[in-house]
Amino acid sequence: MAEKLDLNLIRKDFPILDQQVNGSPLVYFDNAATTQKPHVVIDALHRYYTQDNANIHRGLHTLAERATTGYELTRTKLKDFLHAPSTDQIIFTSGTTAGINLVAQTYGRANFRAGDVILVSNLEHHSNIVPWQMIAEETGAAVQVIPVDELGVLDMVAYQSLLTDRVKLVAVNHVSNAIGTINPIKQMIDMAHRVGAKILIDGAQSVAHFDIDVQDLGMDFFVFSAHKLFGPTGVGVLYGKRELLESMPPYQGGGEMIKEVSFSGTTYNELPYKFEAGTPNIADVYAFGFALDYLASLPQNAVWEQEKALLDYATEQLSQIDGLRIVGQAPEKIAVVSFVIEGVHPQDIGVLLDKFGVAIRTGHHCAQPLMARYDLVGTCRASFAFYNTKEEIDLFVKALKRCLMMLS
Amino acid sequence: MSTINHTQDELIDEFGLFEDWADKYEYLIDLGKKLLPMSESFKTEENVIKGCQSKVWLHAEKQGDLVVFQADSEAIIVKGMISMLIRVLSNHTPEEIMKADLYFIDQIGMSQHLAQTRSNGLVAMVKQMKNYALAFNALS
Repeated sequence: MAEKLDLNLIRKDFPILDQQVNGSPLVYFDNAATTQKPHVVIDALHRYYTQDNANIHRGLHTLAERATTGYELTRTKLKDFLHAPSTDQIIFTSGTTAGINLVAQTYGRANFRAGDVILVSNLEHHSNIVPWQMIAEETGAAVQVIPVDELGVLDMVAYQSLLTDRVKLVAVNHVSNAIGTINPIKQMIDMAHRVGAKILIDGAQSVAHFDIDVQDLGMDFFVFSAHKLFGPTGVGVLYGKRELLESMPPYQGGGEMIKEVSFSGTTYNELPYKFEAGTPNIADVYAFGFALDYLASLPQNAVWEQEKALLDYATEQLSQIDGLRIVGQAPEKIAVVSFVIEGVHPQDIGVLLDKFGVAIRTGHHCAQPLMARYDLVGTCRASFAFYNTKEEIDLFVKALKRCLMMLS
Repeated sequence: MSTINHTQDELIDEFGLFEDWADKYEYLIDLGKKLLPMSESFKTEENVIKGCQSKVWLHAEKQGDLVVFQADSEAIIVKGMISMLIRVLSNHTPEEIMKADLYFIDQIGMSQHLAQTRSNGLVAMVKQMKNYALAFNALS
């Protein structure tokens, strides 16, 4: 018999959930923007600053040793989390955006030439578009786009035909932040490699929902943010294949990333430190490790079941509302429902739902090219995490109906 | 002609009649629906103020000594806010508009709509209304 999550217990692990907002119990359905943090993460931050705070890697004293050990322990946990071959290939950044910019500015600058092609998809977040446009402008490469169909599924036939030997790099998300589509990344990675292209997978929206095995999947780069994985803000992870990371020039110069510095020349540190210039976000990296432990302690199948149940229930309940249309109906989706309602601007719904204590996201979700594809100014997006409940969906749907009455 | 502060006090009194937020918002939505339509010819790219989530269009012209505003938005709650801003600021001299302190927004409990600077364009709209007043003042 499959294990089920005890939601009463789980919700107690996330103290922020137990509060009133504008006089109503908080319903937090903006998990695709950021997830809430369990006690263990909040406690770790507090413990770090009350007991262990010191700068890492250089100091000889006890606190420096503790801080360094705590920071590096998270790297080891991430190696296991991603099934990566070594800790050297786990680079800490400030977030997904920083990871993509790092690859664009180092790998891209060193390898892209005029006439080369960078392939992105129509489903991308701006952070997986703009860094490529910037480096394309500098190098003379061109950014081309894999189209998406009405349901929100990438056109794999078009992808195949776009994959010429001019393609140097493919950059796609694992999961669409705006509409929840799960892309067939295993297949996309294999197809890219067949024409000799490298491929970066933006895992910002997938890490909280799937087991990721970077060796099995075989992508060249994988990036994500801790804060969408129940960890602190300001921490991101870049995984890369060793030979690529070693061949890439450093990104930012400074302390930590050097081996020896003199005015006649400087040699750089080894992986992963070559890409970690300056004092990193030690406290948040340390606390992030506890988010990974927390997730590992949950029965993974029960988490998936819970998210699937929330997606199905929300889809069913919302579909009964007159004039409501779900945007993004890919057969493979995570627990995200993006929708529009005829004659109503998404912003009005967002403002009024907040008054009922319901937090969703409205707008273009930093995916303007996708909104343009569907000729929309934006959508309303409810995104779920395993700590959400069907009762919350009932509150949300009831509040939404009240909002629509007020707006009619 | 009523002064800017007199109109603001009227709005504060009107909103004071409502006990809960839902009634206030229904009134605001109603104001949005009743906003005088803006001439389509003024809905130009030049007159647009882009918020992160919705657009606002603002047109200003001088009629005699007074500045007259017309505006519109895609979102109804923003239109309600626009309706009040026009009621307060339109048909006043450039000098009166430049000096206006818009205290009513806070007092009726709607300041959040001017705090969300990126989302709706209202902050930029108020600034733009004052800029028009400044420009008309410089011309006269």
